[in-house]
Amino acid sequence: MSQSPGAAVSSGSAPPAEAIPRPDVPAAPKPLAAQRVLPLRRPGRWIITAVVLVLVAQIAHGLVTNPFYQWDRFQYWFLRPTILDGLLITLEVAFYSAVLGLLGGILLALARLSPSPVLRAVSWVYTWLFRSVPLIVVLLFLYNFSALYRTLSVGVPFGPAFFTFDESRIATDMAIAVIGLSLNEAAYASEVVRGGILSVDQGQHEAASALGLPKRYQFAKIVFPQALRSITPNYVNQLIGLIKGTSLVFYVSLLDLFGSVQSMGSTYPGDIVPLLLVATAWYLILTSVVSVIQFYVERYYSRGALRTLPPTPLQKVRNGLREVRARVRRETAI
Amino acid sequence: MSGEARRTTVKTRTDPQEQEQEQEQEQEQVTGTGTAPAAEVIGALGIQPAAVEVHDVHKWYGAHHVLDGVELTVRPGEVTVVLGPSGSGKSTLLRVINHLEKPEIGHVSLNGELIGVRRHGERLKELGERVILGQRSRIGFVFQNFNLFPHLTVLDNVAAAPVATGKLSRPEARQLARDLLARVGLADKSSAYPRQLSGGQQQRVAIARALALRPGVILFDEPTSALDPELVGEVLAVIKDLARSGTTLVIVTHEIGFAREIADRVVFMDGGRIVEQGPPAQVLDHPQQERTRDFLSKVL
Ligand SMILES: Nc1ncnc2c1ncn2[C@@H]1O[C@H](COP(=O)(O)OP(=O)(O)O)[C@@H](O)[C@H]1O
Ligand SMILES: [Mg+2]
Repeated sequence: MSQSPGAAVSSGSAPPAEAIPRPDVPAAPKPLAAQRVLPLRRPGRWIITAVVLVLVAQIAHGLVTNPFYQWDRFQYWFLRPTILDGLLITLEVAFYSAVLGLLGGILLALARLSPSPVLRAVSWVYTWLFRSVPLIVVLLFLYNFSALYRTLSVGVPFGPAFFTFDESRIATDMAIAVIGLSLNEAAYASEVVRGGILSVDQGQHEAASALGLPKRYQFAKIVFPQALRSITPNYVNQLIGLIKGTSLVFYVSLLDLFGSVQSMGSTYPGDIVPLLLVATAWYLILTSVVSVIQFYVERYYSRGALRTLPPTPLQKVRNGLREVRARVRRETAI
Repeated sequence: MSGEARRTTVKTRTDPQEQEQEQEQEQEQVTGTGTAPAAEVIGALGIQPAAVEVHDVHKWYGAHHVLDGVELTVRPGEVTVVLGPSGSGKSTLLRVINHLEKPEIGHVSLNGELIGVRRHGERLKELGERVILGQRSRIGFVFQNFNLFPHLTVLDNVAAAPVATGKLSRPEARQLARDLLARVGLADKSSAYPRQLSGGQQQRVAIARALALRPGVILFDEPTSALDPELVGEVLAVIKDLARSGTTLVIVTHEIGFAREIADRVVFMDGGRIVEQGPPAQVLDHPQQERTRDFLSKVL
């Protein structure tokens, strides 16, 4: 095996004919294994692709050229301070409500899964109530309630950060919006979290208690991280609903993104379409950012659950390039 | 595996010389299966073998009397193998021992300390969750389905419990975990995730995880039943190794050859009762009870 080529020649024995390529001999048909397999052509797929591309191009063209959309006004409004102020309020309200809603949802889910019948009942009734009452009703209720009782803050079980009541009306409105959205969000989040916890294999609970791990550790380090894998996509769904749900805070006199668009629209009635487009664009951007974060969070929590992690977009691009290069090399070799 | 199973060794733990000879034989065998645990090193883990006593335990699921007055004594360092048909209450017995299930009547003790309950005058009273968890950390449990934590690396699976229960610092636990993984022949897998391992490797990690708490007794519930036949040997080799090192083991298994080889005592269960128990030579080769004979004729 380790002989040099020279040694092989000097050994004198005639090597099998097909082992040495001899250009003077007419080429024998290649053995079957060496023949290249041609991929199946799929003309139907190409036709459908072409049709879809044409349709997409048409829509895009319409969007750009139709004067109805007034893209110059869109450009004017897109980064206006009033709009950005509204965007900031949307972000703040959505962020606080998402965090508080998730925390509330975790507590509600734990209560619902606890052995105590009282806790289970309370959690069930809460979820039932806040999933039944429309968010706008909750918000308006809180709004009128706070006008009646200016010191509502004391009894509400959410952090003290929002209780700079009376100092400025906007802080109050913000608090009302966040409380209302959180109350609503917690009800939905509790079901999302409960579903996630139930999806964790019973054997995990058993193994954790058989090792004598403290109860809190069992939840925080064993069960919840595994539950997050199925909680994440559902909660992101919820979160996107919440971001759009913030547009309702307009009705409790908070000027969020939608609120600013609405008020600018009544001042400049001619710009209502580009203003709505501005709001659409911003909501699209927010949703996209959330989706990107979701991808990485999901990827993080699927460690160990999958044998190999799904590639990030960057890795996909790199793999794609490598694949193309390999194919080109193959084609040129044949 | 079949060759191993046919080899019968009469074990007498009181004779250290013979035990040493056995160890040598064993090590040869173990190298053959590709794992490299060394018995004397596991002995150096500082495990204090404990005695287990199961006293008149009854357990019902609804109207189903699953454990019907089970009485069992396991001396420190003894290896007990529990045999019996499916549904005879073997798993339930193990789960009662570490109080994953509460018996309605009777009690279990570890080195004389009651598990899960305390005496309250003439009666027994349930202990708080926290105390029970503390007691469980002194009883190792190896599951049929491994139940490793899939989101943690192999090393963290083994190191988690000693840290979480406050027995070791993080670096100490990681060092111990590395030692234990080396012992079960998986030193190179410490940064893998459980699902990237074969069944046999996962079960060896699960054994290392149980060992990390230095338990006085380790309970095995059909540790090889979920494994492909060619992976059974590597897990049995690790368990044999523990048996040789003098750890108290209670093993539910259907591997009769394995039982014959390592058991100090074989217990045969049926219908929630212990039908027969004694040294393997007696129970396996000269069973007194009709049901035991019947069962053995089916599995052998
Ligand atoms: N959680 C449970 N609820 C109701 N019945 C159960 C439960 N666990 C086990 N059983 C029943 O108890 C009996 C003994 O089960 P088990 O101890 O798992 O038997 P083995 O391990 O010997 O196969 C079986 O008939 C089983 O169906
Ligand atoms: Mg069982």
